[in-house]
Amino acid sequence: MHIAEGFLPLEWCAVWYAIAVPIVAYGIYKAKKLRDRERGVMPLLAVAGAFIFVLSALKLPSVTGSCSHPTGTGLGVVLFGPSITAFLSAIALLFQALLLAHGGISTLGANTFSMGIVGPVIGWLLYLGVRKMNVGLLTSGFVAAFFADLMTYVVTAGQLAVAFPATKGGVLLSFEAFLGIFALVQVPLAIVEGIAVALVLRLLQEHGVAVELWQPKEVSRSEV
Amino acid sequence: MKFEEKATSILVALLVIGFTTLLALTTVLPEAEWSGADGQGMELIEQSLNYEPWANPIWEPPSGEIESLLFALQAAIGSLIIGYYFGLLKGRKEGENT
Repeated sequence: MHIAEGFLPLEWCAVWYAIAVPIVAYGIYKAKKLRDRERGVMPLLAVAGAFIFVLSALKLPSVTGSCSHPTGTGLGVVLFGPSITAFLSAIALLFQALLLAHGGISTLGANTFSMGIVGPVIGWLLYLGVRKMNVGLLTSGFVAAFFADLMTYVVTAGQLAVAFPATKGGVLLSFEAFLGIFALVQVPLAIVEGIAVALVLRLLQEHGVAVELWQPKEVSRSEV
Repeated sequence: MKFEEKATSILVALLVIGFTTLLALTTVLPEAEWSGADGQGMELIEQSLNYEPWANPIWEPPSGEIESLLFALQAAIGSLIIGYYFGLLKGRKEGENT
């Protein structure tokens, strides 16, 4: 899902930055508020960020004969909701843009939009949906992570398609071509990522951590 | 609940199986190149659309070895934090019990 440095026309770089920056800023604000309210939760916040670091560093082989990497955003979104996850994702993406030439500064907005925002938001909404239907925490965590991961790549395909529509066939044909590269490869990876998130949630539960306590207010209240 | 008791072991087993299956794919598909999907996407843009990226990375790892070093570092930083946290939880629990 890393759109490389310079690989998006300038106007699209600007569009994705314009959307991503306020959301990441809001995430920083929410993280600060959380810190002021409850210092003790900071290590858990670090774990959510660290999980993104670990998972997004692992390039795994897949059924397509190509490699891709999970995103690791599922854990953050289950624990802290989407805006803080956007902030945590931006940190990992910045690290990779500066030190690994993966992604880039010009495309940081676009990559944050897919991996840090839309993927996690979809995972989050589905998580809330299945949670409301009384599905267990671990299964719901799996659902969140699976879709946060997979949808990130669908969004990347969409971003590339709108920036590079095919001369004949337009955006849709481009979308299909990019999905062909990014989607199927991701399905097995998203499953593995879902299992990893369920495992971490389980370990947190085992250690008596109130996993759903730090989610955005509207949710934790309706749960209690 | 049986699953509840064994959930951790089941999930660890599933994770190991999942990871091993992905690795095993490399023997099932001997002709595949195992290149990165990200790179394939960029290649498609460069080749079929004749697009020239207008900016280059500020700094690029000079070799595959150094790149994998930095990826390992990224994973290590993350693992360290996660491990520290679970150690902290365990230590606290033991402290309470004594």
